[in-house]
Amino acid sequence: MNIFDRIMSFDRRWIFLSLAIVCVVTFMWPFHVPITLSNEVRSIYNRFDSLKEGDMIYLSVDYDPNALAELHPTTYVLAEMCFRKNVKVIFGTLSNLGQGMVDQVIDDITDSVMLDKTYNGVFYEGREIQNGIDYVFLGYKPYPAMVIQAMGLDFRVPFPTDYYGTPLDSIPIMKGVKNFDQCKLVMDMAAGNVAEMWITYGHGNYNVPLALAVTGVMGADMYPYLNSGQIFGLAAGLLGSAQIEKLCDNPGRAIDGMRIQLFAHILIILFIIMGNIGFFVTRRRKKMGGDVR
Amino acid sequence: MDRSRRISLIIFAGIIILFILSWIIKSTTLLNVGTESLLSIRDAFFITFAAFLTLAIFSFLYKDNPYYKFAEHLFVGVSAAYWMCVGFWSTFVGNFIPKVSTTLSNFFEVPPKEFDIFYFIPLILGLMLLMRLSPKGGWLSRWSLAFIVGTTAGLNLIRYLRTDFITQVSNTFIPLLVDWNGIGPFFSDFSLSASGQFVMTLGNWVIFIGVFSGLIYFFFSKEHKGFFGHASRVGIWVLMITFGASFGYTVMGRVSLLVGRLTFLFKDWLGLIS
Repeated sequence: MNIFDRIMSFDRRWIFLSLAIVCVVTFMWPFHVPITLSNEVRSIYNRFDSLKEGDMIYLSVDYDPNALAELHPTTYVLAEMCFRKNVKVIFGTLSNLGQGMVDQVIDDITDSVMLDKTYNGVFYEGREIQNGIDYVFLGYKPYPAMVIQAMGLDFRVPFPTDYYGTPLDSIPIMKGVKNFDQCKLVMDMAAGNVAEMWITYGHGNYNVPLALAVTGVMGADMYPYLNSGQIFGLAAGLLGSAQIEKLCDNPGRAIDGMRIQLFAHILIILFIIMGNIGFFVTRRRKKMGGDVR
Repeated sequence: MDRSRRISLIIFAGIIILFILSWIIKSTTLLNVGTESLLSIRDAFFITFAAFLTLAIFSFLYKDNPYYKFAEHLFVGVSAAYWMCVGFWSTFVGNFIPKVSTTLSNFFEVPPKEFDIFYFIPLILGLMLLMRLSPKGGWLSRWSLAFIVGTTAGLNLIRYLRTDFITQVSNTFIPLLVDWNGIGPFFSDFSLSASGQFVMTLGNWVIFIGVFSGLIYFFFSKEHKGFFGHASRVGIWVLMITFGASFGYTVMGRVSLLVGRLTFLFKDWLGLIS
């Protein structure tokens, strides 16, 4: 058995093991990976950066723990940016496990915003953010298409109360807020077809300015919506999150994860090249009538 | 007791010991950072258990084993129970009860709304769906199922027609010569910037050829020979590049999940990184 035959009969568990070793080693070894910024992510940042004190936005956290690694950093950074700029945030989720995600984000951001910080050269004094004044969390309702359509009419139709059971009418931040017309933009962090529902029913029916942060798997499928202007920005996968962290000058887990991505991708590319060489050489020998084994 | 069974028992005992050790060490660590004793014991148990489940799932990469099965079955069971609870509280209590009964609304502590008899229709359809469990009345569930299939098909028809068809088709009608003022200005203002005339024109040509050749590839009423065959071949390349981009993003997505789990294991569980 020569080297090409060995490549073709390579036990995949060695691939898993080598990937695990590369990931663990790069994880433990801190070094900097340059992050290149793309226009579609920059457009999200620019829109958030242009928000003024007192403006309101809708953050839709439509992912479960299985997409946490990719989308949580985006949610953290954008939510913190809003709170630092005194922008009001309506949190909602159309994913049944998304409630835990929003809870976690609010808990952690509350602690983070209490500290004095400087982002992109602008000093922000620490302050306490308050439920009902700085943000409201509407909670979860099933059937995303219906919920989006209903929210376009009035937030109170699908969510008569917020996540904590308080009627929306008695929440200060919701005074005078009826539907998406009062929101400057909708940012959807999605892992699944909820993103497409936001495009169809959110943007299509109510023309809401919409941006998406999606998982890497969905990234390529979302670009046509960007080109057609149905969304104004797109952050795909961990790279998108890392770009947002860099633009917001708030490095976190996404930028940290990019160095693992780098080496994991190099290893996977090497394995792909090896597999292709083995495949083509073996096929050539088969065609020439040579003994494969 | 045969040898393989003995080895399995030893591994099981080893895992239990490691679990308890990890639990104790994690509890102590949490106590040291000022968490209350009972809370630290509880949190340490959950963190250790989550780490055990993560490693149990990873163990499938080596081969199928009882620990992987346990984690998988636990996930399925917990997910089903969670879905049921969320469905009850958000749909039944959140939407149905306030519209039909003030007494029940007060009982469940949700604000009552104006009575609406139409809300009994989904209740009846829901009950009919549950008739699937009955051997004799199982046929009744087909009515509800038909309603669900019909509604979903109707909603998706509009969704795809509007989002993925009309808007995308109209977006394909793009100028093949962007801001064209003649060959002279084209060369005198030549720029390789993304918003420049050359790159924009090139981009529009790529979209036009990609869509055109991609559609030809899926046109099976004419034999793929001659010009048609060449265009179809270009269509295959366009599709392959698209799949390649999707694959690249998928790899990034999967590695990101691994990064997430490694962060949990090394930071939250082992505390090896700050």
